[in-house]
Amino acid sequence: MNLLLGAVTMGLVLAPLALGIFVSYRVFQTLDLTADGAFGVGAALAAALLQRGAPPLAATVVAAGGGLVAGTVTGLLSTRLSVSTLLAGVLTSTALYSAILFIMGGGNLSLASMDTLGGVVERFAHRFLQLPNAVTLFGTSVSPGVVAMLGVTAVIAAGLVIGLALLLATDVGLAMRSAGTNPQMARAVGVEVDRMVVLGLGLANGLIALGGALFAQYQGFANIEMGIGALIMGVASLLLGEAIVGRRPLGRWIAAAAVGALVLRLLVAGAIRAGLPPNALKLVTALFVLAVLIAPRLVHRPGRPVQGARSHA
Amino acid sequence: MPEPALSLRGVSQVFHPGTANEVVALDEVALVLERGSFTLVLGTNGSGKSSLLGAIAGSLPLAAGRVAVEGVDITAWPEQRRARLIGRVFQNPFAGTAADLTIAENLALAERRGKTRRFRRALGPARRQGLRDAVAGLGMGLEDRLDTPIGALSGGQRQALTLLMATLVRPSLLLLDEHTAALDPRSADQVIRLTQGIVAEGRLTTLMVTHSMAQAAQLGDRVLVMHRGRVAYDLPGAARQRLTEGELLQLFDQLRWADRVDEDAAALLREAYV
Repeated sequence: MNLLLGAVTMGLVLAPLALGIFVSYRVFQTLDLTADGAFGVGAALAAALLQRGAPPLAATVVAAGGGLVAGTVTGLLSTRLSVSTLLAGVLTSTALYSAILFIMGGGNLSLASMDTLGGVVERFAHRFLQLPNAVTLFGTSVSPGVVAMLGVTAVIAAGLVIGLALLLATDVGLAMRSAGTNPQMARAVGVEVDRMVVLGLGLANGLIALGGALFAQYQGFANIEMGIGALIMGVASLLLGEAIVGRRPLGRWIAAAAVGALVLRLLVAGAIRAGLPPNALKLVTALFVLAVLIAPRLVHRPGRPVQGARSHA
Repeated sequence: MPEPALSLRGVSQVFHPGTANEVVALDEVALVLERGSFTLVLGTNGSGKSSLLGAIAGSLPLAAGRVAVEGVDITAWPEQRRARLIGRVFQNPFAGTAADLTIAENLALAERRGKTRRFRRALGPARRQGLRDAVAGLGMGLEDRLDTPIGALSGGQRQALTLLMATLVRPSLLLLDEHTAALDPRSADQVIRLTQGIVAEGRLTTLMVTHSMAQAAQLGDRVLVMHRGRVAYDLPGAARQRLTEGELLQLFDQLRWADRVDEDAAALLREAYV
């Protein structure tokens, strides 16, 4: 039971990462390599600020702001200086590696005795909801802190899904989506495409850094390697979620990212329990993404029209 | 006397300048379009008709010259800023709409052309109703499919919607770049009829590039024939009225013949002196 709750919470913790990848990969159709750096810098900022005694909520918000800045830099590099998005993302991510070391003052930071978002929620739950010291769920005793953490991450993930859906349905949101899918058309209706790209990559990496900040607090430490593979993990979550939840309408598509993050962690927990060595995790994740990407081509051989496919002149 | 809708002075456009591949796409073009006029642009491939539209819309940089719309010099304006004044429909029916967005969302985007976009709900009930009415005006039954992703529609339907989008906010100038060339004949007819209706209703100043001699003989009140980056023939008013499809073809033959004479002369010179 605890393992299951842990996996679900971890999935919800990583939902902001998947949502950020949704914005950069689906809305703007770029594989933004800033993701790894942004996730790491979110974790590092949160950890460093908590260690200096900052309130957990403030530390988390500032950490997300760090990702927003990183994404904005990538956006400016690609629009103002015409650096390809791929290279711009690598440049920012590489620079962030040093930034993370500076922020943490080293490669590792433990939050073992620090107050974190989880701690805040647990105290809140104790004081106002008068939770007992142990909760019994399906016949298993579970610490109320675990339940509280699950609750708060669920609220955060749901809030972000709803917020992102509302944002993308505003006039600015439509402009962002048109800039991502058809820049020629966007310009023709007067959309400042470059500005939208900067805004969008900022938003995407802000979400990703928020994921990093939550991840560090949930794990109780931050280290320099935390962001490695964040992009692929986010893409895997997104693809998984799309397969389960679908891509229409938009709100459902956004929710798919969060659901995908959750299911991915359940699969990971299941795989590890079944004996998969944790070291093989990234290899398996990469293979999974590859499999999802090439599966349609294996099922529908070239020359045979894909069912329901639209023709593009 | 109001300023003309469009005025071009000495507009030149050169691709790959200073290289062996240098191409002069527009050669000091001067053009004035009066307000409410409907002008057609004809020309052979590479004659500069698409470059002309690009130069006006701002999608292609100029080598020289000035562009003014209703007296405002927009030469230094980027494409998206010119969109405040200019509505456009492209040749590719998929280019003018965002496939992943619904019909309503595409129209809502176009409805903010030239206006500030805020973090405000794009499709409230009132706005939705307004857009629904606008789509109903096309007479294609698309008003019941407002939430369909526009990518699911046919080229003709998308081109009709693009035309609606380009004119939803009244443009000072409407640019149509062979917007029926990629459509099947039936859809092309339909889009042309819509174009006539929308242009007449809004008295829109329109510049339409076409390949079709038939369209050029039937539509508009002025015909320009482009050749080698210049306006070779300018047939306004009465001259345009008398023009038949056959006479237009004759004009083209003359241009081709002139080209061949030039080439023959060049070959002769090469043989004699090289």
